[in-house]
Amino acid sequence: MQEVLKVREGVPSATCKAHIMVCGGQGCISSKCGEVVDALKESLNKNGLTEQVRIILTGCMGPCDMGPVAIVYPDATFYRRLRPKDAEAIVEEHIMKGAPVQRLLYRAPGAKEPTPCIHDIDLFKKQQKIVLRNTIYIDPLSIEEYIGRDGYAALAKVLTQMTPAQVIEEVKKSGLRGRGGAGFSTGMKWGFTAAAPGTPKYVVCNGDEGDPGAFMDRSVLEGDPHSVIEGMAICGYAIGAEQGYVYVRAEYPLAIQRLSYAIEKAREYGLLGKNIFGTSFNFDIEIRIGAGAFVCGEETALLASIEGKRGEPRPRPPFPAQSGVWGKPTVINNVETWANIAPIILKGADWYASIGTEKSKGTKVFALAGRINNTGIVEVPMGITLREIVYEIGGGIPRKKQFKAVQTGGPSGGCIPAEHLDTPIDYDSLGALGAIMGSGGMIVMDEDTCMVDIAKFFLDFVVDESCGKCSPCRIGTKRMYEILDRITNGQGREGDIELLSELATTIKNTALCGLGQTAPNPVLSTIRYFRDEYEEHIKERKCRAGVCELK
Amino acid sequence: MVACECKCGEDELTKQLEKIIDQYRGQPTGLIQVLTRAQELIGYLPRWALIMIAEGLGLSLQEVYGVVTFYAFFSLIPRGRHKISVCAGTACYVKGTKMVLKTLREAIGIKPGQTTPDSRFTLEIVRCIGACGLAPAMIIDGKDVHGRLEPEQIPAILEQYA
Ligand SMILES: Cc1cc2nc3c(=O)[nH]c(=O)nc-3n(C[C@H](O)[C@H](O)[C@H](O)COP(=O)(O)O)c2cc1C
Ligand code: SF4
Ligand code: FES
Ligand code: FES
Repeated sequence: MQEVLKVREGVPSATCKAHIMVCGGQGCISSKCGEVVDALKESLNKNGLTEQVRIILTGCMGPCDMGPVAIVYPDATFYRRLRPKDAEAIVEEHIMKGAPVQRLLYRAPGAKEPTPCIHDIDLFKKQQKIVLRNTIYIDPLSIEEYIGRDGYAALAKVLTQMTPAQVIEEVKKSGLRGRGGAGFSTGMKWGFTAAAPGTPKYVVCNGDEGDPGAFMDRSVLEGDPHSVIEGMAICGYAIGAEQGYVYVRAEYPLAIQRLSYAIEKAREYGLLGKNIFGTSFNFDIEIRIGAGAFVCGEETALLASIEGKRGEPRPRPPFPAQSGVWGKPTVINNVETWANIAPIILKGADWYASIGTEKSKGTKVFALAGRINNTGIVEVPMGITLREIVYEIGGGIPRKKQFKAVQTGGPSGGCIPAEHLDTPIDYDSLGALGAIMGSGGMIVMDEDTCMVDIAKFFLDFVVDESCGKCSPCRIGTKRMYEILDRITNGQGREGDIELLSELATTIKNTALCGLGQTAPNPVLSTIRYFRDEYEEHIKERKCRAGVCELK
Repeated sequence: MVACECKCGEDELTKQLEKIIDQYRGQPTGLIQVLTRAQELIGYLPRWALIMIAEGLGLSLQEVYGVVTFYAFFSLIPRGRHKISVCAGTACYVKGTKMVLKTLREAIGIKPGQTTPDSRFTLEIVRCIGACGLAPAMIIDGKDVHGRLEPEQIPAILEQYA
């Protein structure tokens, strides 16, 4: 086993000549990576290499737009936009003769020569992978490969060398803040739950990922499910829980399938279940399937949904730490938060805290999409600037168009205009700009996007997804939508902008849950940075992006 | 059993549904799991199935309806053989969902939420299928993701689904 894995880090092995890692993430599946795999197998077979070369399907490697992508080890050559007919060249020229196939290599914009090795490509060099530490190296269906990359070593460490209080202290000290949006200290949350009266306690993973434009959680669940299981088990030990639930939406069948398989394997290996690592610690995990309501991502709604009820939020306090699943103390964290835990335990809080900014530690995974050259998943240290993400990692805006804004935080977030491209990305700086980190969706918009139309788009989403329990959200967002609809139809009136701002403030202050409280944000931030576009629509009946049909 | 008159000819399905319910019998908390699998089995959630589920888990029919109508994923009416879900998430919207919908509506002649008269297609709008890197995207039958859509490709894609 160890032998096989070493190959992937460039160490030659007696048993295998090469490994071909083909991306098996959703993006590449839809770009037909399956056919590429079949062709590779056929070609290996034809050349009598089946025994010597392994083909492994990984989770999303990141650059989804270049899919299907593949990496050939031991030299870590990166191939993109593969077609089944390319398989023969890879096998016969690269594997057999050692000459990478030039035309399939990545070429940086403007560069004359291609960059064969993945570790030399800017797009990857700028990234730092903690959450996605395994996704380009392992087969998500192989627990052995996860273990081969130090998997479950952190769980073993806490069970045999640390007290629960020490584990909580370590997580606190790391500075890790929840990656689901609000950015609350993970260690503190665990501490509150551990201290809360009431047994049993529960551990919940929020895998709802309802934010449109976000797909990082899915890529972790599909690409490295054990990292989530391990994080949850560590928390179970720290707070004294024996049962965990992972809540995944039904729209993610592949994530559900790979996670179920991983849970089964972990049980087989005694890493879930009774007396883990021969200690008295018992812990098991069940999957709960969500059924497509954005509000179910809100923690109290999610807990109701786990109990089989309508996913409606309830007022907090009590917080889940006091009263969660079945009214018992519960820790609920986001998928990405969970995937950070094992490395923190293994490498220590100080190591983790040395990455990022003063108040936002570690890395953040972003889903880059919209009008940008390299769409996909990236993981960067906190504090990197938006410009670096958009231009150096994302490769800039296609077709020589002008950059207009990045939308972060989905329906709860806001738009960041060009003048703030040099802002470092952390919880507080984004908040100061009227946007939020949110779960990590980043949608890039260019001059062909109308900002009033985008504000209307988000309001439409919220009106659709509001659970209807409280009137500020149910009625207020509808009124806002109507005003925006009018403006984009050319029926805008003097005073509409003020009316929108007033409604926004009222809704923010009176809605029951986070959905309503943050729903006006996209409107407020577009008014703040693109007020002239609103005014043009209202006064001149003009849409400079040419999106709105103004009558 | 109040439901027998409605499920004539559904024998095989009822048997399989009983099996699904058995795993959660008497446990109201299993409702969403049972509904999800029942819908997978039957294609939608007919009244007779909801009655069986309510009885099996120990819930009132009203409570079951309350949950079914809350979640967009559940359908109370039969759907076409193929379900086309067009993504209208932010990334797809920015990159052209409007155009995809327009082409689809012209090709199959129905609005989102409707089923073609020949029961071949049901069209719906969903919010992000997690393939935002390939926007604009749609997913057919809950599993085939078609990304980087251009209007010209749509007829050829539809042809794959008889
Ligand atoms: C309307 C709404 C939707 C949310 N959706 C999600 C989601 O899809 N995934 C998630 O992890 N957190 C979501 N959250 C945040 C959760 O309520 C909660 O804060 C989070 O799961 C806590 O985990 P963390 O501390 O690891 O971030 C949502 C919040 C609101 C108000
Ligand atoms: S704010 Fe909106 S989503 Fe939240 S409880 Fe009120 S109506 Fe429901
Ligand atoms: S799915 Fe293959 S790179 Fe993202
Ligand atoms: S926004 Fe369409 S797939 Fe995410």
